[in-house]
Amino acid sequence: MPYIPHTDAERRAMLETIGLPSLEALFEDVPAQWRFPRLNLPPAASEMEILDELKVLAGKNRAVGQHATFLGAGAYHHFIPSVVDHLASRGEFVTSYTPYQPEVSQGTLQAMFEYQSMIVRLTGMEVANASHYDGATAMAEAALMALSVARGGRKKVLLSPAIHPQYRQVLRTYLPPESDLAYVTGDEDLTAGLPDLIAQIDQETACLIIQNPNFFGELEDVNGLAEQVHAQGALLVVVSNPIISLGLLKPPGEYGADIVVAEGQPLGTSLNCGGPYLGIFATREEYVRRMPGRLVGETTDRKGRRGYVLTLTPREQHIRREKATSNICTNQSLIALRAAIYLAYMGKQGLRVVAELCYHKAHYAAREIAQLPGFTVTTTRPFFNEFRVRCPMPVSQLNQFLLDKGILGGYDLEGDYPHLQREMLICVTEMNTREQIDQLVAALQEASR
Amino acid sequence: MSEPLLFELSTPGRTAFTLPSLDVPATPLPEGYLRTDLPLPEVSELELVRHFTRLSQLNYCIDTNFYPLGSCTMKYNPKVNEKAAAIEGLTQVHPLQPEEALQGSLELMYRLQEALKEIAGFAGVSLQPAAGAHGELAGVLMIRAYHRSRGEHQRRKILIPDSAHGTNPASSAMAGLTVVQLPSDKRGNVDLAALKQACDDTVAGLMLTNPNTLGLFEEHVLEVCETVHACGGLMYGDGANLNALLGIARPGDLGFDVMHFNLHKTFSTPHGGGGPGSGPVGVSERLAPFLPGPIVVKEGERFRLHVPEKSIGRVRAFFGNYGMFIRAYTYIRMHGPEGLRAVAEHAVLNANYLKALVSPHFPVAVERTCMHEFVVHGDIPGTDVRALDVAKRLIDYGFHPPTNYFPLIVRDALMIEPTETESRQTLDAFAQALAAIAHEARTDPALLHEAPHTTPVSRLDEVKAARTPVLCYKG
Amino acid sequence: MKLDANARYTDSHEWVRQEGDVLVCGITDHAQEELSDVVYVELPEVGDSLKKGDRFGVIESVKAASDLYMPVSGEIIAVNQELLNAPELVNKDPYGKGWMIKIRPSDPSEWDALLSPEEYEKSVTGA
Repeated sequence: MPYIPHTDAERRAMLETIGLPSLEALFEDVPAQWRFPRLNLPPAASEMEILDELKVLAGKNRAVGQHATFLGAGAYHHFIPSVVDHLASRGEFVTSYTPYQPEVSQGTLQAMFEYQSMIVRLTGMEVANASHYDGATAMAEAALMALSVARGGRKKVLLSPAIHPQYRQVLRTYLPPESDLAYVTGDEDLTAGLPDLIAQIDQETACLIIQNPNFFGELEDVNGLAEQVHAQGALLVVVSNPIISLGLLKPPGEYGADIVVAEGQPLGTSLNCGGPYLGIFATREEYVRRMPGRLVGETTDRKGRRGYVLTLTPREQHIRREKATSNICTNQSLIALRAAIYLAYMGKQGLRVVAELCYHKAHYAAREIAQLPGFTVTTTRPFFNEFRVRCPMPVSQLNQFLLDKGILGGYDLEGDYPHLQREMLICVTEMNTREQIDQLVAALQEASR
Repeated sequence: MSEPLLFELSTPGRTAFTLPSLDVPATPLPEGYLRTDLPLPEVSELELVRHFTRLSQLNYCIDTNFYPLGSCTMKYNPKVNEKAAAIEGLTQVHPLQPEEALQGSLELMYRLQEALKEIAGFAGVSLQPAAGAHGELAGVLMIRAYHRSRGEHQRRKILIPDSAHGTNPASSAMAGLTVVQLPSDKRGNVDLAALKQACDDTVAGLMLTNPNTLGLFEEHVLEVCETVHACGGLMYGDGANLNALLGIARPGDLGFDVMHFNLHKTFSTPHGGGGPGSGPVGVSERLAPFLPGPIVVKEGERFRLHVPEKSIGRVRAFFGNYGMFIRAYTYIRMHGPEGLRAVAEHAVLNANYLKALVSPHFPVAVERTCMHEFVVHGDIPGTDVRALDVAKRLIDYGFHPPTNYFPLIVRDALMIEPTETESRQTLDAFAQALAAIAHEARTDPALLHEAPHTTPVSRLDEVKAARTPVLCYKG
Repeated sequence: MKLDANARYTDSHEWVRQEGDVLVCGITDHAQEELSDVVYVELPEVGDSLKKGDRFGVIESVKAASDLYMPVSGEIIAVNQELLNAPELVNKDPYGKGWMIKIRPSDPSEWDALLSPEEYEKSVTGA
């Protein structure tokens, strides 16, 4: 058997030490009628065979690397510097456990402290935790935290319809209609804009959640927004997607956000068909004890040397049990490490360059597409690297045409936003060369003929 | 020789990145929307590489030594898993690609769903949850939705044994259920009399970890399931300890209605210093319509995403921690049915062998044949040495401490799980270290109180960290 | 275990002392010892009206957290702000500088139902 080191002689000797005649005898507490089921699974494969099997499966996918990719909508194709894979693949990081024993976990702990520090700076907030599962669950936990800050006194969670549809779905799973804790509203009218939402903020409102840039890539007008939210005693939660935009744009901390969440995948993690990703979560110091998730803090050892520990743990499930701020235990530590390495590699200057490349290339693509007969760029507000295009045919049909030409087209908005008929959300990143963009434009033109 | 922070290594103007130059005409940046400062570190690539390499060297890990953490199943993380999870055609795919461009990934997810169903005896599996606790939340939300769909709105009580993981009550509270704690009996089982008394028409279900956190198989598991079902409740299984049951018993056969799998425990995906894990949920026939979606279904030769009719909804964006699916699938395929049974047999053999070696020095909490783990009292009577001191002293002997002070029902608990991938020689060496520490506790207790002595830092001041939290670099 | 002979006690380890027509409340020496180093105390807002047995706050050590319960019903008229910056006062001086809240009781008869120092000691030691 792979990975089981026991020889026959050792097995016998160990059973003798225990005082049992056979391996079977270890399981007498298991009800006899259900003991030792026959599992109907394929027989064991060797390492060589399983890798071959997986390569066959891989052949049935269309990978982004072999295509010009214009699909974003919450998961983004960005360049990953070689150092990220190299460093984050080290066994010392990959095969270690949660750093509950700080003396033997300073590597993970310091890296997480650095991750938290860089997220604080990127978002303009005061504290960040050591990660959530993904952006969507981070947003759901942000709503729960806002309700907890209100100590049960407010039950309305106000939600912009221009938040990623899957994020809104996850929030509704966490807070179903029958929940005693809260009710979720605001996105029933899918065309509602910020002014419509602001009009709905009242003394019942625990928080307003917006995405900026919003799901359509547009920059929301957040001037004075936080003041209006705070005037009613509510919190402002901002989903900062795509996170790369913060290389260029004003961070939510600067315009008064109380909680910032985001999908951290673009920071050094590949698309991975949707996971593992990284839930970024940051807030203000005054709310830190209501914050879910693990936190690393700085302290000293008995000899006065600087060191790092998991701290403020009484908020967490292993101590607080049913009264914990969240049930989260295992998080996305290794992906947070990737983000830390990525952010340090790009650094003060590089992240801005990545963001600007995305911005300029997306705007070039939008200008070119806007000139095509039959296509209209329907985004009117300033945008970052995603924009809406109304197409002369159903988007699914157009995407099939593009796929045949080696292009992964944009996201079909009609499914989530029925009023956006035949509209496609196109995403451009630094990975898209001018040649690819021109190729897309030519293909769209050809498709419309 | 502590490692400076990245910010302290930073030199203004230094860079590491290379990026292509702009190949399209520039567009004016949107005025009024721009940030003025981005205070990230400024280091060279070599500084970066040395920094994180040095940090890695401050970590203990499975690749270097034994990690007997109870309830965590720190088994070897096979390297082929990592190679598999790096196959470009499997990983360089966007989750929102059209289904026809995603058939390979969908097929892989389908095969893993089917394998998990077969291993645990369930009718349906959703791979969505990102971790064990996330699977629990999905599970209790399904239990709630099930009762509501039958008009039984009053079923709001969830029974949880006192030996349970903290995530069980925390997940239940998030799902709006009221937690009622059940005591354990002297043999470490659920107290049946207390269970019967708690069972009425307000019970939504019972969350049971089996084997439980004492490492013991629930001797009355069938009766517990029957009792809960008889009052209209459902059985939740915490799959954290499934490593003991592979090919030994299927939770679905025993009467569980829903269980989460921990792919990062049972199926060898690495723990990554705290995550990512993966916590798929398996369910019996009656809960299948409530599974979080989408799941993958097979239609002819084609694989398709499908949301079950009464689904509780999504529990995260996209499909789950897919990278872990590739690893777990690889692991299952490399074992086959006989191999999986051998995993459980040897995990249990190792635990019982180690228990026999350790118990003369540290008494076992409940003396029975254990499953994959066991719990001892870690204090030394007649001295002021506590479990924490023993745990920290183990580090000086080159071993990671066992889980300590859990389960809460055992005084000074040390919870030891060796897993099947450790050799007899490693177990012998670990037991010898514990014996030596028990001796030191009586001859030189200060040695234990001050431990560890060999690590980059000694015991850290957690009180200071919590009283005046420093949670980010403020320089 | 230190006790304040002038105070009355609850099963949940709060003490209460009469100061004029106001009641002062904290946690007992036994409770602080069980918790070990207190790192954080969350207290209610002045003006909150709470019932006997309601949760009025949370106390945290490194390894544990406990809810704090109202020994009697009444209005919170003061909270010990000093604990926010110096939670260790609960350890150092549980019956003095470690006080937590002052209550204006709404039902004076509830005082009589509280435990005497002897009764509390008995409930803790089980003697």
